[in-house]
Amino acid sequence: MTKEKKYSKEHILFLKRERRETIIIWVARFAILGLLLALWEILANLGKIDIFITSSPSRILKTTISLLEENNLTYHMGVTLYETIMGFIIAVGLGYIIALALWWSERLRKVLEPYVVVLNSLPKIALGPIIIVWCGSGSKAIIFMAVLIGIIVAIITMLNGFLATDKDKILLLKAMGANKFQILTKLVIPGSFPTLISMLKISVGLSWVGSIMGEYLVSRAGLGYLIVYGGQVFKLDLVMSATIILCILATMMYLIIALLEKLLIKNTNY
Amino acid sequence: MNKQLEFINVSLTYQTKKDEIKAIEKLSFNCNQGEFLSIIGPSGCGKTSILSLIAGLITPSSGKIIINGKDINKDNAKIELGYMLQKDQLFPWRTIEKNVFLPLEIKGINTKENKEYALHLLEKYGLIDFRKNYPSELSGGMRQRVALIRTLAYKPQLLLLDEPFSALDSQTRLSVCDDVYSIIKLEKKTAILVTHDISEAISMSDKIIVLSHRPAQVKSIFRPNLNGGSPLRNRESKDFGILFEKVWKELI
Repeated sequence: MTKEKKYSKEHILFLKRERRETIIIWVARFAILGLLLALWEILANLGKIDIFITSSPSRILKTTISLLEENNLTYHMGVTLYETIMGFIIAVGLGYIIALALWWSERLRKVLEPYVVVLNSLPKIALGPIIIVWCGSGSKAIIFMAVLIGIIVAIITMLNGFLATDKDKILLLKAMGANKFQILTKLVIPGSFPTLISMLKISVGLSWVGSIMGEYLVSRAGLGYLIVYGGQVFKLDLVMSATIILCILATMMYLIIALLEKLLIKNTNY
Repeated sequence: MNKQLEFINVSLTYQTKKDEIKAIEKLSFNCNQGEFLSIIGPSGCGKTSILSLIAGLITPSSGKIIINGKDINKDNAKIELGYMLQKDQLFPWRTIEKNVFLPLEIKGINTKENKEYALHLLEKYGLIDFRKNYPSELSGGMRQRVALIRTLAYKPQLLLLDEPFSALDSQTRLSVCDDVYSIIKLEKKTAILVTHDISEAISMSDKIIVLSHRPAQVKSIFRPNLNGGSPLRNRESKDFGILFEKVWKELI
């Protein structure tokens, strides 16, 4: 669209209204957050709620700053981020490859189907003790947990995406003389791109579930460890601080994936 | 004229868990080079199976299919053919030119010369300006023309058209039908059209084969010979109505 294009009055008015609506929504979003924080702070200061149980925004801020100064926070954040990202990459990568194998061989798919169903319905946390025995109590165990939680969903989502490939498009490629590998690379993989993006979005969330749950079970470091430790010694300031930092980190990782989606699916109308 | 395609006593039986279905029984017909052949029949009579048989995607239970003098299931004969389906089946993540190059990539003949030929076709049929666009930015009629050019890009000897216009609205349908017909005639291709639209078959074809209910057999053969020069003109011919009546009666 050219910049010189002149808009009609109605259109300018329409754009203005749209912009105003966007502003209202954002203001409302921040207002809710501000109001909740203010209410929390005021009630805590007035002694209407027990800060020993609920903490308060100012105390959370203070705890966060002191954690940062002691250089402890970056260490714990680093540990959790490392575990989460490793868990994410392994679950997604391995899940994708396994889904490819299951797409390739219908027989393999049928053979393995009950195993996938059982693993999918099993609450993975039940395997905690086994993982501890096998992998010890370090980051390895936690990454293992994150992978275990993420991989099944990654496999199932991707496989469904691969299998949903348009039968007529496959027929067309076959009529052109394409072999199975060409069908995979020219059609199935690029065609399932939107599925890959949604799988990544789900997996980001699940890898956080895995790493934090893993840290709850066994760990000596990480945000999950801080939360559990804070709970045990009744330091709610610490629990709240770690939780909020967790929120921020998880949101950031999700936003990175969403950005990736925007960059990669720009023009193509899937 | 050369016989390009010949069906000799072809039978096809489908196996399912419940039953076995005789789709085609002792079907024989032929199609000459440069001819436009339509196959028409009641729905579910195995029309699409005939195209799959020609494309070598399924093998007949018995009988022979001969293309250019070679038994396609025996002599390991590689026949270049183009398949056009109901929907255009353009890949939405590829630009128009990349879509047209697709068969070249598949066949490993992605040479500069072949690409230029494909682009030349796009230019000849007024689509060159859209070469960098994505399919979603084109109208249904244009997309179907791109789909035809994609099948022509590797110079197939034989075109198989499986109800290629049925997904279009009736306005677009008539004009795309005209376009596709003229492109096929200009490029001197042999085409086999499968349809259940009687007027489409009459207006486009040199020869019409009417099939019976399953198992499919040849019920009758018509040669329209309307000489209008294009499907639209053919529809205006006074013989068109008479022929329509005859074909229609054969179908019920």
